[in-house]
Amino acid sequence: MADIRNFTLNFGPQHPAAHGVMRLVLELDGETVVRADPHIGLLHRATEKLAEERTWVQSLPYMDRLDYTSMFVNEHPFVLAVERLLGIEVPLRAQYIRVMFDEITRIHNHLLSIGTQGLDVGAMTMVLYAFREREDIADMLEAVSGARMHGAYYRPGGVYRDLPDQMPRYEVNKFKNAETVRQLNEARSGSLLDFIEDFTNRFPTYCDEYETLLTDNRIWKQRLVGIGVVSPERALQLGLTGPMLRGSGIQWDVRKKQPYEVYDRLDFDIPVGVEGDSYDRYLVRVEEMRQANRIIRQCVDWLRKNPGPVITGNHNVAPPAREKMKGNMEELIHHFKLFSEGIHVPAGEVYASIEHAKGEFGVYMISDGANKPYRMKLRSAAYTHLSAMNEMARGHMIADTVTIIGTMDIVFGDVDR
Amino acid sequence: MSAKLEKLSQNLQSVLGDRIVSLVPALNELTLVVAAVDYLAVAKILRDHRDLRFDQLIDLCGVDYSTYGGAGAWQGRRFAAVSQLLSVEMNWRLRLRVFAPDDDFPVVDSLIDVWNSVNWFEREAFDLFGIMFSGHPDLRRILTDYGFIGHPFRKDFPISGYVEMQYDQEQKRVVYQPVTIAPREITPRIIREETFGSVKLNDHG
Repeated sequence: MADIRNFTLNFGPQHPAAHGVMRLVLELDGETVVRADPHIGLLHRATEKLAEERTWVQSLPYMDRLDYTSMFVNEHPFVLAVERLLGIEVPLRAQYIRVMFDEITRIHNHLLSIGTQGLDVGAMTMVLYAFREREDIADMLEAVSGARMHGAYYRPGGVYRDLPDQMPRYEVNKFKNAETVRQLNEARSGSLLDFIEDFTNRFPTYCDEYETLLTDNRIWKQRLVGIGVVSPERALQLGLTGPMLRGSGIQWDVRKKQPYEVYDRLDFDIPVGVEGDSYDRYLVRVEEMRQANRIIRQCVDWLRKNPGPVITGNHNVAPPAREKMKGNMEELIHHFKLFSEGIHVPAGEVYASIEHAKGEFGVYMISDGANKPYRMKLRSAAYTHLSAMNEMARGHMIADTVTIIGTMDIVFGDVDR
Repeated sequence: MSAKLEKLSQNLQSVLGDRIVSLVPALNELTLVVAAVDYLAVAKILRDHRDLRFDQLIDLCGVDYSTYGGAGAWQGRRFAAVSQLLSVEMNWRLRLRVFAPDDDFPVVDSLIDVWNSVNWFEREAFDLFGIMFSGHPDLRRILTDYGFIGHPFRKDFPISGYVEMQYDQEQKRVVYQPVTIAPREITPRIIREETFGSVKLNDHG
């Protein structure tokens, strides 16, 4: 009898469907996966160690670079952890602004997740539609922080600055004629809030478009239904969070169950799946985008009516206003000490977690009273999701591993940290 | 302390009794410290007892306490494994800390049979801190390079590392060589004494 041995295949580290630099060692019996062993760490930048060498505020921009598909929301647990250690109050307006941008980046993330998953399983069109809206969102992020991706906008004590009164506009150039520019600038004629509101008016129609493309698409369903099924019990054991947990039918959302910021004042629903397969997780993500849209609308309404400070007035934590600093000794000293020595955070430890687009994202922070963290641990959702890869992929065909990687919604900046 | 945390604290005290080394509430969170010998047994109770029901392990990480509070200030054991537990059913959280008894060869029990999600977290803590988890079936390095030497997140490991990589024209492959950059510190680490500026600091720094 012929000696039949399992076949070992390297998937990645440069495979486009691996969503980044992951080396996945697959042990195959024919075309069936017997064992999937992800080798990660190719993007490891030791963010946690770097943070130990920098002051509290200097580490903040690293957070954007963790999950680079949903930037602002990454900064949130970091500032929450520092604020809890300091015991400072954050102005309500700042809390609303943060929540609004959390939800905007949630849409940003889910669009990429669904778009690229479509790309992976053969639905080319979806990613083009997703990037149409991601472009609008990138404009919002740019208007408020100056950067399309890595905003570094949140601060311990609030946010860096208030929302701009004017949305940047296109100008006529050799690529865009006057008519195109007029159409592009139509939604951009008012403030940033006007632009966001206009987006939320358009977005439900866009969601319908995505669903027309995918939800009842026969190929999409053939590739997703029944693939990567996780039972509720296993989902808890494997540490899955976010849409991965809700897809298995467990109604758990940090925003609802342990509300932070102003989520307890907002009205939104938590979608859950039934079967726990990739298709249900896709449905959960689409519904989450619609709910995020609802939250953004409520935030826009509130922010229009309630002007006010967006960062704490405690100058041991937040820098004083620029004008005051120029003419006032006391303020100048605060500014100098803040940017040379940094904030002194009382000794203690705290674990701050939020509902990130991918799942629970947490920062465990230990301070020994210095101007730098003693230890920072980043708990990223994608890391645990990927650790469930072996169990989820076992017994499936090799083509299904692509679906499973897509449904996990992993980004390697987040996994490797 | 909120009513919920109060209840959890009471439940822990009545269930675990003298197996608690310390149970500290701070900043609206509870931290439970147990001895390494009780670690695994306590974890099982935390998961299964009907008054506790920690059905999910959210995070586990290693901590190197050797320079905590400045050089020479830390008196306790050097390495700890800290996990964040969550009960989806009861909607509460707990931090569980265990110190490894031996500083030179830190070993604690693996929780992999209690919560499967701990698998990669323990591999990470082993990789970065060199904490061994007895009973872990696959304790390989995870984040660092194949063949990496040392445990980079220990406090005595320099931030610039010991080796750097370069493509060697003659050997036609990537080679390791000693680092050429000198470590530098832009902002020194400062812990202000209690009476800084001859006033007692308040809680808000």
